[in-house]
Amino acid sequence: MSVTYIDAIREAQQTLLREDPRVFLYGQDISSFGGAFKATKGLSDEFPNRVFDSPISEDAMIGLAVGAAIEGMRPIVEMQFADFSSIAFNQIINQAATHFYRTGMPIPITVRLPSGGTPGSGPFHSQSMEGIYAQYPGLVVVTPATVSDAYHMLIASVKLDDPVIYCEHKFLYRWLKSKAINGDGLPIGQARIARPGKHATVVTYSAMVHEAVRAADRLQADGWEIEVVDLRSVKPLDLDTVLASVARTGRLLAVGEAFPWGGVTAEVVAKVTEEGFHLLDAPPQRLNARDTPVPYHPKLWAAHRPTPESICEALRKLLSF
Amino acid sequence: MACGGISSGVPVAEENTHVAAMSSQRDFLRTTFRAMLRARILENKLSSLYKAGKIVGGVYLGRGQEAVSATLGASLIQGRDCFAPLIRDQAGRTAFGEPLIDCTRTYLGSVEGPMKGRDGNIHRGRPEMGMPAMISHLGAQVPLIAGMLFAKRLKGTLDGCVGATTVGDGATSTGAFHEGMNTAAVENLPMVVVVANNQFAYSTPNHRQFACADLVERAKGYGFGGHSVDGTDLLACAEVIGGAVRKAREGDGPQMVVAHLLRLGGHGEHDDGSYVPDSAKGGHYGRDCIEVAMRQLAEGGHATVDEILSWQEEAAEEVQKAVAQAQQEPVPDPYREDWTALSTKFPLTGT
Repeated sequence: MSVTYIDAIREAQQTLLREDPRVFLYGQDISSFGGAFKATKGLSDEFPNRVFDSPISEDAMIGLAVGAAIEGMRPIVEMQFADFSSIAFNQIINQAATHFYRTGMPIPITVRLPSGGTPGSGPFHSQSMEGIYAQYPGLVVVTPATVSDAYHMLIASVKLDDPVIYCEHKFLYRWLKSKAINGDGLPIGQARIARPGKHATVVTYSAMVHEAVRAADRLQADGWEIEVVDLRSVKPLDLDTVLASVARTGRLLAVGEAFPWGGVTAEVVAKVTEEGFHLLDAPPQRLNARDTPVPYHPKLWAAHRPTPESICEALRKLLSF
Repeated sequence: MACGGISSGVPVAEENTHVAAMSSQRDFLRTTFRAMLRARILENKLSSLYKAGKIVGGVYLGRGQEAVSATLGASLIQGRDCFAPLIRDQAGRTAFGEPLIDCTRTYLGSVEGPMKGRDGNIHRGRPEMGMPAMISHLGAQVPLIAGMLFAKRLKGTLDGCVGATTVGDGATSTGAFHEGMNTAAVENLPMVVVVANNQFAYSTPNHRQFACADLVERAKGYGFGGHSVDGTDLLACAEVIGGAVRKAREGDGPQMVVAHLLRLGGHGEHDDGSYVPDSAKGGHYGRDCIEVAMRQLAEGGHATVDEILSWQEEAAEEVQKAVAQAQQEPVPDPYREDWTALSTKFPLTGT
């Protein structure tokens, strides 16, 4: 038996529904149909009055969730694709994210964003929006890269009193498997060393953790030991773990699947440069997707996002400085 | 009137001859009118403070919309219902039970106020008392109120509750309004949405805002009960808005009321509203709902002129106190401000 990344997301929601009467699920096609990706499959059978199909109204979906949270509920909203959360942007960043600062009442909603690219998905079903949401005060933004994190971080997200943007990577849904859901007890806001090394640090998150580990495995053959830091949550960002790694290696490459202007990798490089300039033996580098919409054709898509090849190339450049 | 039907205001006094009903009608009108009066006197003071440079940012008044707003607020029950007021709802807030001091504290930036200087003017609320704080993005409170009612249903406390919000004619053009209305109707929630059609969204007149003959036509498309009312007529508002709230409370599903009126001023006090044509100002909806209400109360025997004068004096005194108190209170100190937007204190410890 094995558990996939999406199984973990489903099981986390089942656990939450069983344990907390304040939790309900709201989203498009998530009730008897079980969701576009089947992340809620069977949950409406067990909880017929707590799993609801919504109209195709992303703005109202989050508006409704915020209202329910004011009344003490803990809604989990499934956006069918992260890309469609652009319609809900106002409710997320202006209604949910400002609420605690303005009124003193936090808004415990969790917004699940099926994120990132898969072959053939094209410009409107492939986006990575963590950097956009992380820019706004008042949101926690998590980006689980492992089966266990998918489970534990979803549970932890719903337990937080603040609004959480839970970015789940669609490419990992069925590809990523684990023998069981384990946990190392790391809280939201703490990064993990996904692969230890000493010559350079790759800081990344979500599906790119796996691409970075592949790249590191390839460079191992040439004698390079690359450390990979999985941020797990991009906001808060665990600068301590990142700086400790850079202190060991002296070299930093930040890798992300989002567009290259600004975003998480820019924040990582800026923070390390500010706080750990003296630790650096080479200019810190970034590797992101290209500055175009995410293309449809698998050949274009594969060259749009960072790959083990492009990560290796960036690392070789960094190591040769 | 059936769900989806359209009604117009008929004074309740003509229909209800029962003594008890007359008495409760009298109380309702007196309560509502006093809220209108308190709001008008408070807002006149806010305008003076703004012009004297004592208020930073904008001042947005509900002048001319008090009858609509106060009727809605007075029809709701604080502690049971929820109410998301918008920009021109000082009267509705007052009728719902928001103390005047919340208003002056927020406008003057007192740390004792509900927003502590972190937000200002009409962007205030007390979500814990069922009155969420508006954001500036129009239509956004429609799904929010739907969500509060949805949660009450899940908790088993929805019976007998109503959720209400107001919007202007401009907000009806937003996607948020459409999505929220549709969602509320799909869930068949006991919601009342009052559209105060004051003919101008900032400076944009109705004919550049929508193309249907009357916004109330939209109610049927959404699956809301639809009602129209003369927003300058307190008796008509009491009947129609009060009636819509009653219908929602009694299980007739969501209700939309379009109140016709004219904004008696600019968009805010920074705006002289010079684009409002004289023909509109001199027309039927250009009349002042407070003057109309005074006449209606006196003629209906609901209040004497002396009573109204004494209410005016009481309100003026109350406003004076609320302003004086807020002015004496400390404003926020940036060096002591808790500059955090999250309630969770990171870093967390592991499990």
